[in-house]
Amino acid sequence: MKQNIAVKVDDLTVAYNYKPVLWDIDLEIPEGVLMAIVGPNGAGKSTLIKSILGILKPIAGSVTIYGKPYEEQRKLVAYVPQKGSVDWDFPTTALDVVMMGTYGSLGWIKRPKQKEKKAALEALEKVGMLAFKGRQISQLSGGQQQRIFLARALVQNASIYFMDEPFQGVDATTEIAIINILKELRKAGKTVIVVHHDLQTVPEYFDWVTFLNVKKIATGPVKDIFNDDNLTKTYGINYKVSIQE
Amino acid sequence: MDIQEYFRLVFSDYTLRTITLGTAILGAVCGMLGSFAVLRKQSLLGDAISHAALPGIAIAFLITGAKDSNTLLLGALVSGLVGTFWIRGIVTKTHLKSDTALGLILSLFFGFGMLLLTFIQKQPNANQAGLDKYLFGQAATLVESDVWLMATVTGVCLIVLLLFWKEFKILLFDADYTKTLGFNTKFIDILITTFIVLAIVLGLQTVGVVLMSAMLLAPAAAARQWTNSLSTMVILAAVFGAFSGVFGTAISASQNNLSTGPVIVLVAAVFVLFSFVFSPSRGVLFKQIRFIKNRRDLELHKTLAFMYNIAETHDNISHPHTIKILNNFQGFTRGTLQKLVDKNYVTLDGNMWSLTEEGFKTASNLYNQQNKSDE
Repeated sequence: MKQNIAVKVDDLTVAYNYKPVLWDIDLEIPEGVLMAIVGPNGAGKSTLIKSILGILKPIAGSVTIYGKPYEEQRKLVAYVPQKGSVDWDFPTTALDVVMMGTYGSLGWIKRPKQKEKKAALEALEKVGMLAFKGRQISQLSGGQQQRIFLARALVQNASIYFMDEPFQGVDATTEIAIINILKELRKAGKTVIVVHHDLQTVPEYFDWVTFLNVKKIATGPVKDIFNDDNLTKTYGINYKVSIQE
Repeated sequence: MDIQEYFRLVFSDYTLRTITLGTAILGAVCGMLGSFAVLRKQSLLGDAISHAALPGIAIAFLITGAKDSNTLLLGALVSGLVGTFWIRGIVTKTHLKSDTALGLILSLFFGFGMLLLTFIQKQPNANQAGLDKYLFGQAATLVESDVWLMATVTGVCLIVLLLFWKEFKILLFDADYTKTLGFNTKFIDILITTFIVLAIVLGLQTVGVVLMSAMLLAPAAAARQWTNSLSTMVILAAVFGAFSGVFGTAISASQNNLSTGPVIVLVAAVFVLFSFVFSPSRGVLFKQIRFIKNRRDLELHKTLAFMYNIAETHDNISHPHTIKILNNFQGFTRGTLQKLVDKNYVTLDGNMWSLTEEGFKTASNLYNQQNKSDE
């Protein structure tokens, strides 16, 4: 089966100060996969996403989205940052945050209109948060805040979704709700890349996986490469998981 | 002059009108821009900028030898901007945190400014007197052209705010995400910062280097207490700022020898204090009231549930029990028992209590609700 390459990363090297956080990463992400990026703390998982999205400036390397530089393909890409990266006491409502997903296609100065509002409401409904649209965001639970972030990315109507730990601090119900949305995205032919921490759920949730620890350890279909060997190489300890067939 | 006389004179007296208009406009523009500083957690930035402006004033005077306020403010603007960009530079190029960078630039520039001021004062130039008014401000020196300048800057600021509202809002909330959407975050950031610097510089003559940051922060902090919408917050902060200006001027004009800047800042502080205490959703007072009421309700429900558990074991729910049983129960007080009687949930007979039909029903509902939410 010949697949299109959605995201291609070449020789990517990123350093914060002296120590490289990512070293010479080559990565090809095929179109239509639901991929987990796994690795220990400090492995550079978030950094990888942020470098692909141009939030961080790499020392070397290049990123292409469907064969073109990211700057030209921005509208194809949506981002769900870590929940803890913003101040949830900011004076705004759930609907307002989701509307922010439309700002990119609106461009400078133009204000969101009825059309954008409708799209935002639909996204809120998709994540089961329509009833909370007028709620001040600080009065939402952690799981609800995560759903709001997801809805904001959904509004962008992108082809590729990057998500930084969307399951962090959410309860089981929300986790299932979120994974169902991710699976739906994949069914619609979208590519979804998720920084993930819970190794137990990798085989159940994802079909593609990248092992990362400063260097890329391995990348490929979960059923082929999600094994003790790669886990040990990535986490440094003798890691055993039982993979259900 | 008392306050009433002030408000009669403010419409007819030219000087009074100029000063009042000036402080009102200044308060409004500082409140608006202060909202952004507060929400970006850059509250101290204003303090650093205003202190950083002092050497600029001194240098401008040394170069021109004249005390024209526009020239001096231009000097303040330049050195304020230099200070701001140094702060940003320190934060991005070193490991130092922004509070350290702010503190460093603030004291460095202020120290240098004070040095220059003392140097100027020692010079045999009759013109030098009065430069130190920029330390604490002197609203009485405001003239019509100053007010026009303030009004112009405020007008431009308002237009920019309306044009880039959406960009400002998203940058304040989530800068990284804004970047991924293709916005030039550096441009938006510099735009906001430049206007904050402008507002501070405008206020130096009136409120002074030392107190200027309060003009920026106090109205915004007060406004945040009353609303959960950014636009309402900005408008409210502008209103609070303007009123602080007017009331501050009124008080200082009606009481002899009270300098205007500190009075304006104190009035703004009163707004803050009032908002902290009396805001319905975030204020200390109502929070405490809600807390106490909640606790009482819980105690009451807990006691009722306890009684229900006892009463349930009997065929007759109104079977009397001794009050002593309740003493083992933590949430129980005489007060709660009396309240249960008042609500007709319980009847008392000497040392015995018994649950009423209504009390039993309420308690069983509570019980079911609790079980349901546990599931």
